[in-house]
Amino acid sequence: MPLRSFKLVFARDLRIAFRRVSEWGNPLLFFIAVSGMFPLALSPDRLMMAAGEGELYGLQSLGIGVLWMAALLSALMGLDRLFLSDVEDGSMEQLVLSPAPLLSVVYGKLAAHWLVSALPLIFLVPILGIVYQLPAPALAMIAFAVFLATPTLTVLVAIGAALTVNIRSAAAVIGLIVLPLCSPILIFGARATVLALDGDAAAGPLYLLTSLAFLAVSLGPIAIAAAVRVGLE
Amino acid sequence: MKLPRWFHRFGSPPYVYNLADAIAPWLGWAALVGIAVGAYWGLFVAPPDFRQGEVYRIIYIHPQTAYVGMMAYTLMAVSAGIGFIWRIKLAHAVAVSAAPIGASFTFCALVTGAIWGRPTWGTYWEWGDPRLMFELLLLFLFLGYLALRAAFDDRDKADRVSAVLAVVGVVNVPIIHYSVEWWNTLHQDPTVSNLSEAPSMDTSMLLPFLIMVLGFTLLFYWLLLRRLQAEIIDRERGTRWLQSLANEGAG
Repeated sequence: MPLRSFKLVFARDLRIAFRRVSEWGNPLLFFIAVSGMFPLALSPDRLMMAAGEGELYGLQSLGIGVLWMAALLSALMGLDRLFLSDVEDGSMEQLVLSPAPLLSVVYGKLAAHWLVSALPLIFLVPILGIVYQLPAPALAMIAFAVFLATPTLTVLVAIGAALTVNIRSAAAVIGLIVLPLCSPILIFGARATVLALDGDAAAGPLYLLTSLAFLAVSLGPIAIAAAVRVGLE
Repeated sequence: MKLPRWFHRFGSPPYVYNLADAIAPWLGWAALVGIAVGAYWGLFVAPPDFRQGEVYRIIYIHPQTAYVGMMAYTLMAVSAGIGFIWRIKLAHAVAVSAAPIGASFTFCALVTGAIWGRPTWGTYWEWGDPRLMFELLLLFLFLGYLALRAAFDDRDKADRVSAVLAVVGVVNVPIIHYSVEWWNTLHQDPTVSNLSEAPSMDTSMLLPFLIMVLGFTLLFYWLLLRRLQAEIIDRERGTRWLQSLANEGAG
């Protein structure tokens, strides 16, 4: 029963996502726009001057920060459709009332959301990394670190989305409540990428990202289910 | 889980209101005396530090504000969790009352830390100091909680939704703390966190420090009880016991 409801919700959310391409496409375009436009504000020639002739280090380390921050912001952009449209048309209420356990419904929605919003990001981040002249090991590492960070990110964003379904202007509130919670994955993700840029072993931060992902995926949905219940009361 | 029998009285607004009214003056005066004694002792009597000179005297203000901020967050999350699980409205009232006080103390910790950083590190804001960063994130956690509450018109719903956020936040606080610590370490090591071993601070400095900790704790609880009373009045508007209390005061 729990597995079946997970599969049904997962398939349903994926089908809806493929019919509304712009909903999951726009956050990705937003990510490209933010990280692609950042060099306009950075004046890369000065960064390179500061580091010395032929040195790219300043631009590269700034680029790593920009990519991680832009990925975080685009994850915040895309959370509207996670619960809001289902709450508005009443289908969330039916899912809560159904005999299927709410936790498996939440897991199904999270898995579908991760697949359409986070998976493309894993491929987009290294492409945008070329803009910041990151070498191949750092590009591979940032893609892998984003892959490990996105489960946690999806869960945290879903907590924010579940808490704010009843609020009219939710975007600013969500940013304020989710961003501080995201600081550990920002720290470990950026650290792993910088270590790879220097050619050092990056296993430490990767282990920590993985353990955070397991923690978030195992405990987070309990909070999400509680928030969804309260929101519909 | 079964609650002890005396517990139910703490769900009654008039009982808690009167209890707070009786305790608050004691806490307030004790806090005033403690902070006055500790401040005089710490700022005028205690000897200057052999390395930092007079600048070290920030330890009579700054760690106390940081500690009260963290205590306020824990208290807020625990009472919000109690309110959520057992549906006790007064526990939510305690959480709501604690949040602005905790945010203010955390803000004071940031400001006093920056003032201390200028002569010691040569900059108001040392990028790369983990505890400064942690205090900033803690302030955002408080502000996020308050912003989420403010976005709801219905108080019951605000109580229950913000309780979920507070509990999620308190699970994350240690993770954020250690990740920021790991991120970079420049702050001096904690001096008095372990009281079972001999602390590396001299008694002439330690005693006023501990008196200030006590004074700030009392100040926090005094503020908390007064805010709780205001919160109860706001929530119980128009009830009979509150009207008779107001008439008593007028007559």
